[in-house]
Amino acid sequence: MTEEKRVESERREFLKAASVTIGTLAATQLLFGEKDFPQKVRALESSALVSQELEQLPVGERESTLLRMQRELQKALKKPMEQRRWVMVIDLRKCIGCSACTVSCNSENVLPPGVVYRPVVEEEIGEYPNVTRRFIPRPCMQCDNPPCVPVCPVSATWKRADGIVVVDYDVCIGCRYCIMACPYNARTFDFGERYTNGTPKEMAYETRPTFEYSEQWPREPDRSPIGNARKCHFCIHRIESGMLPSCTTSCIGGATYFGDANDPNSQVSKLTGQPNVMRLREELGTNPRVYYLI
Amino acid sequence: MNRKTILIISAWAVTFALGLVGFYQRMTYGHQLAGYGSYASWGLWVADYIYFVGLSAGAFLLSSMVYVFNVKRLEKIGKLALFTAITALIAAVLVIWFDIGHMARFYEIFTRPNFRSMMTWMIWLYTAYFLLLMAEFALVMRPELSKKPLPAGTLKMNQRMVMILASIGVPLAVLFHGGVGALFAVVGARPYWNTSLLPLMFLLGALLSGGALLTAVITFMWPTRDEGYRDLVQYLGRLVLAMLLLFAVFEWSEISVPLWSGISGAFQADVESIKLALFGPYWWVFWVIHLGIGTIIPIVLLFAFPRNPTRVGVASLLVALAFLGTRLNIVIPGAVTAQLRGLETAYVDSRLVFSYVPTLHEWLVTLFAISVGAAIFLVGVAKLPIFGPREVTKA
Repeated sequence: MTEEKRVESERREFLKAASVTIGTLAATQLLFGEKDFPQKVRALESSALVSQELEQLPVGERESTLLRMQRELQKALKKPMEQRRWVMVIDLRKCIGCSACTVSCNSENVLPPGVVYRPVVEEEIGEYPNVTRRFIPRPCMQCDNPPCVPVCPVSATWKRADGIVVVDYDVCIGCRYCIMACPYNARTFDFGERYTNGTPKEMAYETRPTFEYSEQWPREPDRSPIGNARKCHFCIHRIESGMLPSCTTSCIGGATYFGDANDPNSQVSKLTGQPNVMRLREELGTNPRVYYLI
Repeated sequence: MNRKTILIISAWAVTFALGLVGFYQRMTYGHQLAGYGSYASWGLWVADYIYFVGLSAGAFLLSSMVYVFNVKRLEKIGKLALFTAITALIAAVLVIWFDIGHMARFYEIFTRPNFRSMMTWMIWLYTAYFLLLMAEFALVMRPELSKKPLPAGTLKMNQRMVMILASIGVPLAVLFHGGVGALFAVVGARPYWNTSLLPLMFLLGALLSGGALLTAVITFMWPTRDEGYRDLVQYLGRLVLAMLLLFAVFEWSEISVPLWSGISGAFQADVESIKLALFGPYWWVFWVIHLGIGTIIPIVLLFAFPRNPTRVGVASLLVALAFLGTRLNIVIPGAVTAQLRGLETAYVDSRLVFSYVPTLHEWLVTLFAISVGAAIFLVGVAKLPIFGPREVTKA
């Protein structure tokens, strides 16, 4: 109920803002006599009309996807961990290859050179003149049958009850066997380098700590995560604070979805029950928890 | 000191000095000077490691021909073979220790092992193997080192203990070195390694490289040059030749089957890695070092001059040295083959590439491991009665 009221007030705010804008534009028109003014006003009016129409729709359908996913995430957090099943769905038709997710992930997790959690692979399909491009963001697949887990000699990596494959930075010896065993190249090694190596000044953006796994990891020589294998963890530290992974909130095309697959009404559950769903290298039997819509 | 000793010591000193530079760099800069990256994450040090453990396992299995199978013609080399196995293992462990990201955490492999990992098995097995080697070597040297001659009963007991340890050592060495092969072979993500033949090729490679190293050492360092020496060298040369040919057959099978099978399917990445090894930018490692220097020239020498100790020695030395190239060609092509296409251009970074060349730093660290192993070997050979017949039979 309160949610509905909040949305309602947001709509009012928007309409208010829209009328102010229209008023300003009208004033501009009066002052400068711009020629195509009526079209602009009409466009704005129509968008205001759309909002009015949106208000008639039930809450679920006019709610922003991000807000919905966040609400579902917070709902899932109320369950015990083993009853959640985090999955990610990436709609390749919506991905425009802007790499905002890669950048926001790098920033969120303070990734050094040589470490990347979510690169966006670019593919070119077809022959000129019938050519198109496809962008495939590649986070960790959080496989249900992860090849990286059994190879670790010291059990420093494992699959949590909620499906996320984690690394214990304090235990990992840095042998890199898991890196060799991952069929998605989703693990990288922290060499302890900095982007500012060889420049006069160390920048604060590189020396600040990372908060992965809800702990503070200061970036100092020989201290973990330097010398460790590192990977995407669906931003556990954000999830557990009720926030969506950084790649999901930063996706400007709205191509990345995240949620609990154990909730049959969640956005991700609806999306994965479609015929255009695929997973990367399915033939390997790794059972990834990252789905692609094509 | 004679000229030969001065030469050996100076060569060692130069190697050690260079190695120290590598050691210093590794301790100061961590992994930053290494050439391997985040995708192709295993490099020269891993190849060094499997090369040295191969030398060790091969030398040990040869020693077992004396202490288990009682091959009379080889009884003089038992102690040397055991000692070679120990020093090669020390060099191996040293170089792989430098390879891990957190050197101080190595003990975790014993305090919190994961027995689903082949790496855990390998380390536990070589720890057991190392302890066994030390115990066996101590027992073998005991009659030589005791001030007074041992009583017949004690000597007999000693001999039995050696026999028991050596007998346990054979399956242990096979498991341990087969396990090193399996460490690679079980990686399903890398079809170039993921073959059932690989653990067997590791064992065969160990016998070949370890046997060749031992033959070379005996040829050039044996104290006498009598008829017995020539017989010994000829016999060892024949063993090396047999193993060279056998290894070539295995290798042919390993390479030709995937290349032959037209549509690649499961072999796709395998074919890619094989083509990289054979026709990639480092094609000469396979054709020149492995096939030319390490296989064909030694085969010709061993075939044509079986009774010429110098040529048998040179052939064996070539096999032993070139085998590092063979080991590199196991590790690198598998490591640099991409799992997904386009990753290299998806995020551009010098560590996120599917190519690898060892840096000078990595070679210097390699020299450090070699010089430490060599120091132990040279001091041992100089101070201990390692050359000579096995004493346990004197009873």
